[in-house]
Amino acid sequence: MSDLNSSARAYTEFAKGIWKENPVFVQVLGMCPMLAVTNTAINAVAMGAATLFVLVGSSFLVSLLRNYIPKQVRISTYIVIIATFVTVIDYVLKAAAPEVHRDLGAFIALIVVNCLILGRQEAFASRNTVKMAVADALGMSAGFAFALLCLGGVREILGSGSLFGISLFGPNFEPWVVMILPPGGFIMLGLILFFFSWLEQRARDRRARAALEGGA
Amino acid sequence: MSGEASSARMIATLTVAGLASGLLLVGVYEITKPIIEANNAAALERAVFQVLPGTTSMEPIVERDGALAIGSGSKDEEELDTIYLGRDSAGTITGYAIPWQGTGFQDVIKLIYGYHPARGVVVGMEILESMETPGLGDKIFKDASFLANFEALAVEPTIVPVANGAKTEPHQVDCITGATISSKAVVKIINGGNEHWLGLLPEGDPWGARPEAPEPTPEPTEPTP
Repeated sequence: MSDLNSSARAYTEFAKGIWKENPVFVQVLGMCPMLAVTNTAINAVAMGAATLFVLVGSSFLVSLLRNYIPKQVRISTYIVIIATFVTVIDYVLKAAAPEVHRDLGAFIALIVVNCLILGRQEAFASRNTVKMAVADALGMSAGFAFALLCLGGVREILGSGSLFGISLFGPNFEPWVVMILPPGGFIMLGLILFFFSWLEQRARDRRARAALEGGA
Repeated sequence: MSGEASSARMIATLTVAGLASGLLLVGVYEITKPIIEANNAAALERAVFQVLPGTTSMEPIVERDGALAIGSGSKDEEELDTIYLGRDSAGTITGYAIPWQGTGFQDVIKLIYGYHPARGVVVGMEILESMETPGLGDKIFKDASFLANFEALAVEPTIVPVANGAKTEPHQVDCITGATISSKAVVKIINGGNEHWLGLLPEGDPWGARPEAPEPTPEPTEPTP
């Protein structure tokens, strides 16, 4: 495979995570952090960044070591690798950004059990070269962070009347408190999934119609 | 990856993975530990200065078997055996900052409040940790008018929560509308802290003048028999 080809493929692997195979909107993975920490946009960004670190680090290492790990113990090895990265980011956040760490609380440690991460190791990183694995991990985490930000942004705007802590509507805005409570998370996630499926469906219909007209 | 790997190889793989992971984590822990401790100490100091207005220096005071002595107690925050004596720049006692905790609406609320012994009032309160409902219960630390209740709150005979706007006595606290449980929890925690500590606090200033430079806290020499 030429360099150009490989770069093009790496780009494809990156891009699919953001839209076509978005971990949240399409694969519906990582729902626990998705619902739990998205009551403000800043928490969503911090969670997205922590997941990116863990996913890219784990994919890199798993792909690098893929030929040395016996398949009978591969899952346990992946979990050790993932848990190590999660613990590292846990300590680093605690030292560098204690407020963020306090807000995200236990959900940093729970990145270990985010199916998105183990899923990418098993489905992708363990079967592909390091370059592809990192491209895939970057794309998937970007897609995950994008989804977190969609939900966190909307919930913070409606639930607190602000975005990234900056007040948007002035003191007369009556916040929809339900939006920052767990039910608001479920309601908003449902609406967002609905919206993205509708977009996808519409694009599919248009493609089908174009193909039909082209054939006629 | 194809074929059956031997048991030895599997064990070796997992051992190497575990060892490498352990070594890395020890390294990260060692690097971040002093920073995390400094962060915690800074947060505590900020909280003490916050709840005791005018404070410029603080000393930990530990309770052992019902007696108070200068020095830090258990590192375990759950122990609640340490309070903090605050002084202003002239060396006068600004009060004692007392960490205490209790059950809130969702989970344990940890707070610290300042008590001025000569005036017999609570002079400030800050929530250290809480899981109260965002938007409602979290007003216990976001709502300035609720926090204002604790700027000169008499502790005698006991602090009483009342409906919002009904405060007439210096020992009453206006609850937050919509967050009565959280407001009452805060009052209950402060009453609990008072019950434990106020009887122990000495009159006047037996702690001696403030040292010129903040001395390192002496290690407890030996456990009280």
